[in-house]
Amino acid sequence: MKLIIAIIKPFKLDEVREALTTLGVAGMTVTEVKGFGRQKGQTEIYRGAEYSTNMVPKIKIEVVCASEIADRVVESIQAAANTGAIGDGKIFMLDVGQAVRIRTGETDDSAL
Amino acid sequence: MKHVTKLATGAAGLGLSLFAALPAWAQDAALQAPTAAAPAATVNKGDTAWMLTSTVLVMMMILPGLALFYGGLTRAKNMLSTMTQIGAAACLAMLIWVMYGYSVAFGPDVPGFASNFVSGLGKAFLKGVTPASQAATFTAGVEIPEYVFICFQMTFAAITAALVLGSVVERMKFSAVMAFTAVWLTIVYFPIAHMVWASSGLFFKAGALDFAGGTVVHINAGVSALVAALILGKRMGYPTTPMPPHSLTLTGVGTGLLWVGWFGFNAGSALEANGSAGLAMINTFVATASGGLFWMLAERVAGHKGSALGFCSGIVAGLVAVTPAAGNSGPFGAIVLGAIASVVCFYAVSVLKPKLGYDDALDAFGVHGIGGMIGAIGTAVVYAPSLGGPGAADYAIGPKLLVQIEAVATTIVWAAIGTIIAMFVAKALTGLRVSKEVEQEGLDLGEHGERAYN
Repeated sequence: MKLIIAIIKPFKLDEVREALTTLGVAGMTVTEVKGFGRQKGQTEIYRGAEYSTNMVPKIKIEVVCASEIADRVVESIQAAANTGAIGDGKIFMLDVGQAVRIRTGETDDSAL
Repeated sequence: MKHVTKLATGAAGLGLSLFAALPAWAQDAALQAPTAAAPAATVNKGDTAWMLTSTVLVMMMILPGLALFYGGLTRAKNMLSTMTQIGAAACLAMLIWVMYGYSVAFGPDVPGFASNFVSGLGKAFLKGVTPASQAATFTAGVEIPEYVFICFQMTFAAITAALVLGSVVERMKFSAVMAFTAVWLTIVYFPIAHMVWASSGLFFKAGALDFAGGTVVHINAGVSALVAALILGKRMGYPTTPMPPHSLTLTGVGTGLLWVGWFGFNAGSALEANGSAGLAMINTFVATASGGLFWMLAERVAGHKGSALGFCSGIVAGLVAVTPAAGNSGPFGAIVLGAIASVVCFYAVSVLKPKLGYDDALDAFGVHGIGGMIGAIGTAVVYAPSLGGPGAADYAIGPKLLVQIEAVATTIVWAAIGTIIAMFVAKALTGLRVSKEVEQEGLDLGEHGERAYN
């Protein structure tokens, strides 16, 4: 099993979700986050006082999937979240040791 | 204009009276008994209804108007503290007003030189005032119930006390605010209100033009706010830590309430429902409209985007500037006045303040102090009939300009000295400033035990 973490532009969330659903991914966890990379923040001015915010709002998606489809999941996130501009985000893949469905006690792939 | 035909009484005996001219102050006439042998004055129900309405309009400027305008500009952790300080200071002002404030400002004359600055305590605790008591307006023989006049003037004292707090929010103790307000009203507001609006007052006799309180309310509050902020010190982390307004939406709502309420403030200062009130009303529309747009224009010229906060700030700057000029200017003079005040205030808060380094948190000085001075001095210009103002045909700008500048300068000095005293009294009684921990955590939790947003 793999854990795939993707940081994407907020307005790309629906497209990514659709793309993953067609691959058979059964669930995901979404968090509103802030951060920075190469994309610069904006400058805000209130009565002449300038504040530059260097943290940009992003969406973090966490998906756990079977190892066999992990590469395709990464590819489809990459395709769906791409706009070609700086700030499109990043995708990380990690190994997962165990998964348990709390209700039934099922483990690993059948818990997903 | 009817009200300009009323002459000041007792103008002799003072150097300043050299400048005495046709008076055009609003509010001044109250309590001046109509000149001898006048027919019995009547109370007009229309005037009374308008003044009752104006009074609650000014109340709306304080709560919720100013509370939201100021509250939105603070950080979320200080929202409740800002709103509560404004409301509580206004409440304290109301109570002090009926106890002795009204008497000190508009009570019976005291003998000698002191009558220039204060009245006697003969009306303390509203002694002798009944529903049948009357206060004069600007038309001989037309009066309004004294209780209505007392309430109308009460709201002015209350909002001025609240305006000062704009510079000291986010760090001053609630108890210190209350102590400061009590002392400040007593030694600063009541005497200045007397000087400008009572018939025995210094500026009144000199013929200073102040329709609705440019000197009494705005210069007074602005200068006091600056001095108080200097004594109190900067907020922790100012100016390096970002302190953006937490809700410009609420500031925008407050701005709208202020503007609507200001019609009571300005047009109500005519004390009658008549053409003078109408003039004050149209000026309160157009000067404000020009102020709002010119602030945004100044932002564009300075290379920024025209901002919502700039729009709101310009509206308030326009309102402040037109206050002394409301019934003393033609509509086009008011438009120019609003535009100039707005642009100058923009530079005061965005260029001058950062250079000087003082922490006037919500720009009470930058907008009310500076805007008030421009309005008060500019009123002498726009009053001229050649510029569309209501002045008499032989009106001369020069001498009136001197009177206005004298009134402004005296107010600045009086307010500064009085505020120093009031701040040190508050410091001795309460310690003035919250602890570092409370300031860090926010005054809402530290001072009131609540959060604005859960």
